[in-house]
Amino acid sequence: MSILIENISKHFGQFQALSPLSLNINEGEMIGLLGPSGSGKTTLLRIIAGLEGADTGRIQFGDRDVTNLHVRDRRVGFVFQNYALFRHMTVADNVAFGLEVLPRKERPSATEIKKRVMHLLDMVQLAHLANRFPSQLSGGQKQRIALARALATQPEVLLLDEPFGALDAKVRKELRRWLRGLHDELGFTSVFVTHDQEEALELSDRVVVMSNGHIEQIDQPGALYASPNSRFVFDFLGNVNVFEGRFEEGKWHNGIANIERPNTAEPKDGQLYIRSHEFFVSPSPTDTASLPLRIIAINPIGAEVRLELTPIDWNSNEVWEIDLPHKAFDKNCFEKGQTVYVTPKAGYFFAADAEKPILLNWEH
Amino acid sequence: MATNLSVDHPRPRHKRVLPGLGLSLGTSLLFISLIMLLPMAGLVMQTADMGWEQYWSVISDERVVASYKVTLWAAFIASIFNGFLGLLLAWVLVRYEFPGRRILDALVDLPFALPTAVAGITLATLYAQNGWYGSILESLGIKVAYTPVGIVLAMAFTSIPFVVRTVQPVLEELSPEEEEAGMTLGASDWAVFRRVIFPALWPALMTGVALSFTRSLGEFGAVIFIAGNMPYVSEITSLMIFVSLQEFDFPAASAIASVVLMASLVLLFAINLWQARYLRRLHGR
Repeated sequence: MSILIENISKHFGQFQALSPLSLNINEGEMIGLLGPSGSGKTTLLRIIAGLEGADTGRIQFGDRDVTNLHVRDRRVGFVFQNYALFRHMTVADNVAFGLEVLPRKERPSATEIKKRVMHLLDMVQLAHLANRFPSQLSGGQKQRIALARALATQPEVLLLDEPFGALDAKVRKELRRWLRGLHDELGFTSVFVTHDQEEALELSDRVVVMSNGHIEQIDQPGALYASPNSRFVFDFLGNVNVFEGRFEEGKWHNGIANIERPNTAEPKDGQLYIRSHEFFVSPSPTDTASLPLRIIAINPIGAEVRLELTPIDWNSNEVWEIDLPHKAFDKNCFEKGQTVYVTPKAGYFFAADAEKPILLNWEH
Repeated sequence: MATNLSVDHPRPRHKRVLPGLGLSLGTSLLFISLIMLLPMAGLVMQTADMGWEQYWSVISDERVVASYKVTLWAAFIASIFNGFLGLLLAWVLVRYEFPGRRILDALVDLPFALPTAVAGITLATLYAQNGWYGSILESLGIKVAYTPVGIVLAMAFTSIPFVVRTVQPVLEELSPEEEEAGMTLGASDWAVFRRVIFPALWPALMTGVALSFTRSLGEFGAVIFIAGNMPYVSEITSLMIFVSLQEFDFPAASAIASVVLMASLVLLFAINLWQARYLRRLHGR
């Protein structure tokens, strides 16, 4: 079922949790709401569910206006961050709950309920735990039971609040893949909230990046990564180094450091955003750039080696991070404390007065 | 590492906040013995002087048996009433913000703080035929003071904090998400209360009601002023003990007391066992 969100806003006391925002979600789509805490993503999710009322605006499921509909009549599946399983009920009773509270006319018979519950438990591969209590389950198992419970009434919209937040990395990855499979198989429309960019990019059809109660960008994961459209999205997607440059004589300067301006960029002051893997590292400056840095840490991470560096005689608010392939790293034998020069290959330029970035490529 | 482990090192002692088991358990046991077991042993010794026959004739005396009935019924009704009112009070105190909430919260403990005799006299005055409430109820044909209804009232008043104070913390810890989960699954408000909230409160509520009941069984000060104390109608068991004491019949007093004591102990043990079983399920084995 498609979801239409129109001019929804919300404040709690003095705090504006959501500025008026609109969003269209297509039928069968999986949407990730991504943002830091306090960005309003959970509030938006709860408003879609009907757990929170919006101050203004309209929500529509398909052709049905649900703006003033109570949460119990919206028929959405909702998975809570802490699972919110009923502690005093067995796993099977938890899953059966949504069926058992149906009005008598719509309620399936007891045997039918039992059959449906077993089917759902099979689907989440936990049929053997039917008679356990939630306190006897692990986090990942609880999460799957919470999902089975939410899906029992066959909702067409599934809403998930930080679904994998409390799980360890391995279980999280497994569950993510499993949820995606389930989504594709059953064809419901899903919206999930996360602060983990990797999760949002991996799982969603489209990612909605939020900050301070508004939407910063809506895009497919690939497009979002390739062209973030604001400083916020850049910062939030992470792994980016910022060079604050003053433009003079064809170059951006900061202290003793400088970077040459490619022809595509405006000759203005501004910031260069360069991702951590878009660099060469060499013992001496190159024609393109002279960025002296001192290596303060060397961390091998998977297929790459991550260097942490601090600027020498120029300024940056944060420690720089540069990822090198093992081959490039081994060739140079870098050591902690060593001074190196880095040269960008590609990056984005925000002129001081501009909202949108320009993509830059340096030729070597 | 492996070689290190095989060497017999003295293990570092784990530091605890309280001194070791010996000292803390010893102190607790000593205190319990002095304050509870010793008087109870005295009670048993007093009754041991009587033979079984005499014991039985004292505790099965017609007037005493009538007092058991009055006490049990009154305590039962009072504790059930407190179950409802206490749950409501706890609910209001936890779930709503309103001016004077703190004051109401403090007032709940008043029956504990107030000398029970003062409570009894106050209730008797209010509900007497010419009292503030009594005169109104009188015109409706309801008599409270000097009837068994008065006993129920006094018992309910003195024991309500038990219910409120046992239910309140559980209600505070109940996560709102469970209720919300119930609602997203389509449950009506009543279904959420009955199937989600109530089962979580049930053990605490039962404990509160049981405490309220046992307390009511033993209540003396508050009740005698309002009960009227008519033999076979509104005499409570504590009064029977008191009467025996007045007659310097200490063995009879302790015999009756032992019955009350036994009833309370059995009930408390039963509640504890049942609750332990229930909670084990909730917290996993």
